[in-house]
Amino acid sequence: MRDTLAGLLCGLIFGFGLLISGMMQPTKVLGFLDLFGGAWDPSLAVVMAAALAVAAAGYALARRRGQPLFAAQSLWPKARHVDGPLATGAVLFGIGWGLVGLCPGPAIENLATGSVRVLVFVVAMVAGMLLQRAWQQRIQAQASMLATAPDG
Amino acid sequence: MANFTPVSAAIGGALIGLSVALLMLLLGRIAGISGILGEFLTGGSEKGWRLAFLAGLIGAPLVATLAGYGVASPQMPGSWGVIIVAGVLVGFGTRLGTGCTSGHGICGIARLSPRSLAATAIFMAAAIVVVFMNRHVLGG
Repeated sequence: MRDTLAGLLCGLIFGFGLLISGMMQPTKVLGFLDLFGGAWDPSLAVVMAAALAVAAAGYALARRRGQPLFAAQSLWPKARHVDGPLATGAVLFGIGWGLVGLCPGPAIENLATGSVRVLVFVVAMVAGMLLQRAWQQRIQAQASMLATAPDG
Repeated sequence: MANFTPVSAAIGGALIGLSVALLMLLLGRIAGISGILGEFLTGGSEKGWRLAFLAGLIGAPLVATLAGYGVASPQMPGSWGVIIVAGVLVGFGTRLGTGCTSGHGICGIARLSPRSLAATAIFMAAAIVVVFMNRHVLGG
């Protein structure tokens, strides 16, 4: 119950942040990504800078405290190296983001507006996530078959 | 820079940072939206707080509307085909690259992760190239 309330609170605050900052609006995001259009809108950079400042302070506090309030332990991501899947995934995501100006947060939040175009985007995004999962499981299954195959 | 809105951008950004900080302080988890949605869809455990987070994200503009704050309808370019291709690319790419604008761009950079710095530089560059092609080379 405490986890659910904490999740809801964080989702609400995140949503208010995206709404107030204007980042729910795809055309505003595209206005940032259009560096060479003559009407560049740096707002997204300010959003990121402000978010980073507060998040970094919060993370420093979380590391000092050690244990989170409502969970047994903090799950900090361990991987630090740059690899092929990271780069390929980032390229694919960037292309999709640049095409319509929606990334996952604003896409989900915009479902609240009842926009059919956003709904179609989110359904396609979910399909892409499931596709990636299926593809990854297939690769892992092939790898384990190779690993266990007899030599002769 | 006629559309630049630095004050609302800073206030909204600070709220996003607060959400990121709170999720770590309360639940010890990273507030990456693609990870929250992806793990909710395909993961085994911890579906409860993830679903609640997503509900809060969708609930925010509804609460704002009830409170009299105007929420603009989203303006998206592109045909249906482009929207579907873009959605699949965003879904597949964020899971393969283990993060999106929030997970890498904010949470990851806030903890100075080299992976997240690289991912953010790459997806920003890719998006900038696509917008440039779309607006200044192919169409306009």
